[in-house]
Amino acid sequence: MKLAQRLYLPEVVSGLVLTAGHFFRNMGAHVARALGRRDARGAVTIQYPEERRPYSPRLRSLHRLVRREDGSPRCVACMMCETVCPARCIYIVAAEHPNPDIEKVPARFDIDLGKCVFCGFCVEACPEDAIRMDTGILEFSSYSRGGMIYTKEMLLALEPATGDGRPTSPVPIPPDRRMPAP
Amino acid sequence: MPKLIIDDREIEVEAGTNLIEAARRLGIEIPHYCYHPALSIAGQCRLCMVDIEKTPRPTIACNTLAADGMVVRTDTERVRETRRSIMEFHLINHPLDCPVCDQAGECWLQIYYMKHGLYDPRMVDEKVHKPKAVPLGPHVILDAERCILCSRCVRFCDEITDTGELGIFNRGDHSELALFPGRDLTNNYSGNVVDICPVGALTDRDFRFQVRVWYLDTARSVCPGCARGCNIDVHVNRRRPHHAEGRRVARLKPRFNPDVNAWWMCDVGRYDQHGVVDSPGRLPVPLGRAGAAQVEVGWEEAVAAVADALRAHGPEAVAVLASPHMANEDLMALRVVLERAGVRQVAFRVPPAAPADGDDFLLRADRTPNVRGAELIGLDGDAAAILAAARAGRLRALWVFDHDLTTAGWPAAEVAEALGRVETLIYAGAVASATSARARWVLPTATWVEREGTLTNFEGRVQRFRTALEPLGRSLPAWELLGRVLAALGGTPPGPRAEHWFRALASAVPAFAGMTYRTVGDGGQMVAGAVPGGAPVPPGRRAVVGAAG
Repeated sequence: MKLAQRLYLPEVVSGLVLTAGHFFRNMGAHVARALGRRDARGAVTIQYPEERRPYSPRLRSLHRLVRREDGSPRCVACMMCETVCPARCIYIVAAEHPNPDIEKVPARFDIDLGKCVFCGFCVEACPEDAIRMDTGILEFSSYSRGGMIYTKEMLLALEPATGDGRPTSPVPIPPDRRMPAP
Repeated sequence: MPKLIIDDREIEVEAGTNLIEAARRLGIEIPHYCYHPALSIAGQCRLCMVDIEKTPRPTIACNTLAADGMVVRTDTERVRETRRSIMEFHLINHPLDCPVCDQAGECWLQIYYMKHGLYDPRMVDEKVHKPKAVPLGPHVILDAERCILCSRCVRFCDEITDTGELGIFNRGDHSELALFPGRDLTNNYSGNVVDICPVGALTDRDFRFQVRVWYLDTARSVCPGCARGCNIDVHVNRRRPHHAEGRRVARLKPRFNPDVNAWWMCDVGRYDQHGVVDSPGRLPVPLGRAGAAQVEVGWEEAVAAVADALRAHGPEAVAVLASPHMANEDLMALRVVLERAGVRQVAFRVPPAAPADGDDFLLRADRTPNVRGAELIGLDGDAAAILAAARAGRLRALWVFDHDLTTAGWPAAEVAEALGRVETLIYAGAVASATSARARWVLPTATWVEREGTLTNFEGRVQRFRTALEPLGRSLPAWELLGRVLAALGGTPPGPRAEHWFRALASAVPAFAGMTYRTVGDGGQMVAGAVPGGAPVPPGRRAVVGAAG
């Protein structure tokens, strides 16, 4: 070890200079970006959640129920997904459809995301292509177990993600996480 | 007796046995749709083709009687190819909507396709469309597209019930099953056409969309709807409690017993009996009266209080109204308890408000399952005398099982007077009623599917029913409740299971001597001295049987 290194303090100072240099350079870049210079990039590569990494099209994200043209669910309540689900997190109750050509319709279709293991078996089992896991939504959370149960209406309102996996529907927020009205 | 060889195995059968039944005895299944052992031979489905030596073409097994020296093969390449082609023919106009079909999972089209079909469909034309979701009557709904025209249901209505509501109309691939104009499938055996339909064409309106069949568990049981005691399977849904609106008993299906009900059961038994199990009026916990209200109490407290009431007032002031809905084990336990407590006033014949009618086949006018058992066990006292004693104020404690006295066939004013003058009214039963609401102590009992036991039918056949479900809440089987009362009275119950009480019954009552659960088995056993009458001849068969005999 050289004498300068063994003196200890000069090395500490040079380390601080290096760190501070990166800090101020990045701060300048971030401030410039915040002020509108889109080409300025700081050291952090992705500004999550404003920026997102592209997701693989195979990603299994929050489920959605596919709609028919009239907005009713494509699901026919055949219980295949409920049967195949290894976590037993799907709860379907079947009802009669007013149209005699459609045998059944789900009166209730709940997924308990607190139990779901995101295996995707429900999507594979579905004979009607009525459930998909392509919303790109991964940020769902709740303060209670009940809030993790997503109902038919919530799942029907979701849209597929864009090609790079960007969600196009807002994250469904359970009632217990909504801010109280001011 | 013809001796024949089926698939290299020799068997001797009675003359008049067809090849399907002869093969069945060897454990060989010949696939079929239209053949049913209770119905005439139709030869419609053509699926039961077998090769018979020295016969140029495959032959239908259902309409070929076993003959001496016949050599039958059910597994040749030609037979397999025939089955595959016939399956393809059956499925030409079938909608293949298995995911939404209630029959999926117990459908013979599915089963035989997987076993014998497995072809690639070659059909390119539009399928023929027929009426869907047509209600045929109060219990049955028809999807004519799924029908394979086996005509079992048509023959059932002609040959079993002799009502003839159904027919097959039009020709060729436009043939469809329908009701005759102006008719409805309202006979009391309509539910059976759902059981015999091999596909999803006829399904049950009561069961429609309730539970997928693969979620169901089954237990062998006996219908408690009338004194016949038809053998049934209870199908219960324990795995998906959010299905079927929370009903735990999904449906009842008849179970074959050649001596009681053959393959059938009536709609009264099928649709009216399971309601009580999931009724909103079920009593889940023991209740005791505190002032005007009934409050939950512990079993120890309730049992001790009941034992005290039986003991404290002396035999003249205590009476028990047992019920013919109770199993033999319960009645035996009651008899032992009453002997222990010295109570002699016991009866079970509380007249119904409106006497029911039987029909001309299985349903009996007596809508209780165990009158014969209660008679044999010796609980047949004078119920009217008990009512009179209560009205006269001679009774201080009255223990009522199951009956709602306020809706019985006694004048309401007399019942109200009697219940008002009894100091300690005890009610043991599964469902709350106006009688239970007036009781000092309410002891909840388990329904018949929640426990095991035996019932004695009107001819004296003792038949077992088994546990399909856990008792609701803290309710107990009546025999266990009575065993606890017996222990509180200082007696010793014979054991912790219903079977122990049945053994006690077999050793105490001569009519049941020598019986055990093992000898009763699945087919039932006659009590000593009773003569088995066999299953009644169906109305549609009477003329045939009469002409032959």
